[in-house]
Amino acid sequence: MTHASGDTLAYQGESRGPSQKQQARLNGLMRSQATFAWALIAPAALYLMLVVAWPLVETIRLSFTNANIGGEAYIGTANYEKLLSSRKFSQTISRTFYWMFLSVSLKIILGLIGATLLNAAIPGRALFRMLVMPPWIVPVAIGCFGWLWLYNGHFGIISGVLQYIGILDGPFEFLAYKNSAFYAAVVTDVWVGLPMVTIFMLAAMQGVPRDLYEAAYVDGASRWYRFRRITIPQILPVIITMSILSIIWTFNSFEIIWILTEGGPRSATTTLIIDTYKMAIANFKFGQGAARAVIVVTLLSVFSLVYLFALHQIKKRFEAV
Amino acid sequence: MMDHYSLPHKIFLYVCVALFLGFILLPFFEMFMTSLRPLEHLFRSPYQFWSDDFSFKAYAQMWVTVPMLPRYIANSMFISLSVTALALTFIIPAAYAYARFDFKGKTLSLGIFLAVNMFSGAVLLIPLYKLLRTYGLLNTYFAMIVPGAAFLVPMGIWLLKSYLEKIPRELEEAAFMDGASRLYTLRRVVLPLAVPGLMVVGVAVFLSAYAQQFLFAITFNSVKEFMPLPAGILEFIGFQSVKWNQMMAASIIGILPVLVIFLFLQRYLVAGLTAGALKE
Repeated sequence: MTHASGDTLAYQGESRGPSQKQQARLNGLMRSQATFAWALIAPAALYLMLVVAWPLVETIRLSFTNANIGGEAYIGTANYEKLLSSRKFSQTISRTFYWMFLSVSLKIILGLIGATLLNAAIPGRALFRMLVMPPWIVPVAIGCFGWLWLYNGHFGIISGVLQYIGILDGPFEFLAYKNSAFYAAVVTDVWVGLPMVTIFMLAAMQGVPRDLYEAAYVDGASRWYRFRRITIPQILPVIITMSILSIIWTFNSFEIIWILTEGGPRSATTTLIIDTYKMAIANFKFGQGAARAVIVVTLLSVFSLVYLFALHQIKKRFEAV
Repeated sequence: MMDHYSLPHKIFLYVCVALFLGFILLPFFEMFMTSLRPLEHLFRSPYQFWSDDFSFKAYAQMWVTVPMLPRYIANSMFISLSVTALALTFIIPAAYAYARFDFKGKTLSLGIFLAVNMFSGAVLLIPLYKLLRTYGLLNTYFAMIVPGAAFLVPMGIWLLKSYLEKIPRELEEAAFMDGASRLYTLRRVVLPLAVPGLMVVGVAVFLSAYAQQFLFAITFNSVKEFMPLPAGILEFIGFQSVKWNQMMAASIIGILPVLVIFLFLQRYLVAGLTAGALKE
């Protein structure tokens, strides 16, 4: 019998001891709890098997076929061979990693700065904390419609301001040129992901014991020193968690690029996900699309394993102290 | 003492906050300003920051340009509510099991659930698309509800589990002792106590469902009657010209419901969402 139910028995016993029948019933319930737990989990598990696990397996199978709108035939590893020998695909891979690296590091750095600002004891911070949230809760697609207009060269405010202060000497279409379109997409992706990173880092900062700071303050440590030597180590697990979540989401990020550029101009913003979608859904080449999807899933699994390993290391270090 | 800032420091902090929030809020600000301008004004170059012809006309005209707009809004609500209801039917029992019982494979199965968060819908679209196509389910509400809900179930289980763990076990055990069945206890003892937690999870799922509609809508549906708002707004982008002011007005209308919900529940939402993730 578990500890918890022992407590209950004592509590029940105040008025009258539990009858043998009740005792037997409780024992029976404890024994059958695994069956009951699995029965409760089964609907969710079956549902996810149908909508997530089966598609995953099916994607792997399709990646070895030439499936298209008309039919499919087994073609072995031809899809993969084609991908690995394609220069365009290796460009897509490196572009995806560059996209991920830029966007994630900006989110983490700006998130740290934002969380520190919102954690400072200044009047109005409750309001500021609230104002950070909208990009997180608003549909990504709708936020991107706003950015689409902001990036407009002739009539958007960004181009307008840059012309006004003299950085641009004429209208500039941000989404029409390879480089600017890429960085514009990064900025929008950062905008979408930043609120969540900021809020989680803020929550972590609020959880750091105050006496740590007070002790350091009494010892004359500067704010910067306290930030570096207390805040950062204390919230490191959250920084790592936010990094990996950002990596996964940036890697998977579809709507932002699709709405802004559909992967263009001339593939400048075609990440792995966009490439997969274009191949499979726009061109109906399911087999070739599936091979790309399998590569996406493989990379995501690697990231997640690295994350679990990193978190494990940190926990070990924390426990050792 | 420690929290005291000198005046220059304070000013510096406020300037930084202003820059930070400026970046976050710029699109919303510009959306709103654009929605107030007449179309001709928008296409004036060079860019004009201010003018005297602001009006709310776009909010009236947008219903004429895109007559299906009310239907899109209703579709969005209907899809999000259905996704929420569907997800909760799977979330509630599973979260209860993870919060209350110890059994073999608990950690592993929970880990597998959470691993689903790794995938976005975009990776799994191909088989889902083929499946829906085979069974003639493309271009139905079903196609936009059933696949989408799956990606919210793990998050919901995790959030609700953390909440349920805080409810004392004694009440349930007392109910068992009095001869209540397990399902009866779950329904009549646990769930009423869990209402605040259920609200947070329900609202979080609803907001996510509302936010994620675009991908499933543009992939699985091409019938106007079933389009949710985020995809429907694309109609403002016409062959001839884009009615930007009306498009932004419709976008404002589209984000208003979630902003209102958030405004009322933000304290509980932020606490509920971060609590689950920060617990080691």
